[in-house]
Amino acid sequence: MDFLSPTDLQAVWLSARVATVATLIALPLGFLLAWVLVFSRLRGKALLDGLINLPLVLPPVVIGYLLLLMLGRRGVIGRWLDRLGIELIFTWKAAVIACVVIGLPLMVRSIRLGMEQIDPQLVHAARTLGASRRDALFTVVLPLCAPALVTGGTLTFARSLGEFGATILLAGNIPGLTQTIPLAIYDYSNVPGGESGALALCLVSIVISYLMLMGNEVLLWKMRRSRQG
Amino acid sequence: MQLDVNLDKKLGDFSFTAQFSVTGQRIGVFGPSGSGKSTLGNLLTGFLSADNGRIELDGHCLFDSRRRTNLSPDKRRVAVVFQHAHLFPHLDVRRNLLYGQRRTPTKRRTLDLDAVAAALEITPLLERSVNQLSGGEKQRVALGRALLACPDLLILDEPLSALDRRLKEQIIPFLDRSLRRFEIPYLYVSHSLAEMRLLTDQVLHFGGGRLQVLTDAESLALERLGQDRDGYINHLQLSDPREVGSLLGYRWGRNELLLKVQEKPESGYFALSSKDILLFRKHPQALSARNLIPGTVTELMTHRGGVAVKLDCQGENLIAEVVREAAAELELTAGRTIYLAIKASAFRRLM
Repeated sequence: MDFLSPTDLQAVWLSARVATVATLIALPLGFLLAWVLVFSRLRGKALLDGLINLPLVLPPVVIGYLLLLMLGRRGVIGRWLDRLGIELIFTWKAAVIACVVIGLPLMVRSIRLGMEQIDPQLVHAARTLGASRRDALFTVVLPLCAPALVTGGTLTFARSLGEFGATILLAGNIPGLTQTIPLAIYDYSNVPGGESGALALCLVSIVISYLMLMGNEVLLWKMRRSRQG
Repeated sequence: MQLDVNLDKKLGDFSFTAQFSVTGQRIGVFGPSGSGKSTLGNLLTGFLSADNGRIELDGHCLFDSRRRTNLSPDKRRVAVVFQHAHLFPHLDVRRNLLYGQRRTPTKRRTLDLDAVAAALEITPLLERSVNQLSGGEKQRVALGRALLACPDLLILDEPLSALDRRLKEQIIPFLDRSLRRFEIPYLYVSHSLAEMRLLTDQVLHFGGGRLQVLTDAESLALERLGQDRDGYINHLQLSDPREVGSLLGYRWGRNELLLKVQEKPESGYFALSSKDILLFRKHPQALSARNLIPGTVTELMTHRGGVAVKLDCQGENLIAEVVREAAAELELTAGRTIYLAIKASAFRRLM
């Protein structure tokens, strides 16, 4: 018997794809939200902060259910998407949306911590040297919070890899289509003799997560070293 | 440079008011902390917006509350050298220096990197990370970065107050030399009267959030006679050093002064406290002080602590301070010639 069955391989591939795409979407989104929370003079920042962090304290199933209500055919957004011919629910894209919403608080928190370390006077210096607000954002703030982006990206990727509750409600558990590693393991645990399949996928999860943590460390180390030049 | 300012700003309990027109290249902004100096800086750069008023720099309007003009900081062409250098830690020295220049229209770029780096003696540091620089080097790079942006106005916001005295003395000559050479008009913000006297021609004196007076540093120093424990600090321009035994002889106008050998025999500005000058009615005989020169009393200024004696030493001016009893005993009056004794070790190099 092969170590991983074809549907297992599909689950691994889908998990990697969902986590990667979710991380790539959450990175710029998290960066902008963190910037708004740290640097802008927007009123109602606390409200926005609370909204972003809600998925961190709510059970993922609740998030999944709320998203389903919104994005479902009769939902506020879903109705509108349906008219445009876009179908999200029970596709891998729904899994991505679930992961972005669940992972965003971790992303924003990490980047925000990095941004708060940046001396506002550095941004002021850039502005007096002729940099517009956006120029300073991309040439000063972004490079200085690169380590925070790496950390935020790692956390979001890891969180996405393990996402279960919101994903199963929003994307379902369709082998080969929306079944990610955690969902596949769940299926294995429900059938007699599924232990070896579940264990194999556990092993794959451990390897992916460990490699990612190592990659994160190497990147941060390289950044520190180039900074000290 | 012509700067016209008429501004009001309320910040909580603090209110700021300034109305002035000033023309020149080397302007000082003097006052204790909380006097409004930094507020003026922030209003000029655009990080603060005034409640009312107008700012015009060389006839170009930067802010006008009536016409709702408020140029953003990047459009004002007002660069700043901060108290802490605030170099970009992710860029090396060269890219820090070029940050402003790259954002300056080509036809406005009048200075080039090599000339500025050479003047500030930072050429060997160009490829280094800014995290490897000493405090003094960082501040020189910050100055170079601001100069290369070729601003219409440079604000030096307490640029030396984070450095120790030795470093200050090292950097002042760089500041003076490069600011003169590259002809960038500046506002020098500081609470140090010594820096004001060395680096500015006119001074905006702030206190309690208000502009008190537009004056010059020398007048401010004279106003403070008797208030400073170190006395009034005379600034002497000494030149043509030569060895005289174990000492160095410097020319001071038509006089020669003997100084204890300091780091290098170079012409420059030296500080001499009014309290380190001894006055004699007649030529004394043997004396441990190595300098004995004649001087004519030109003015006597009585203050709380004693009497300041303004002296003319063959065309060079000096201020000495004595207690009232000594002034009476010496029978000091304007026009009288007396002798001044100064120890060779009483001089300190300024730049």
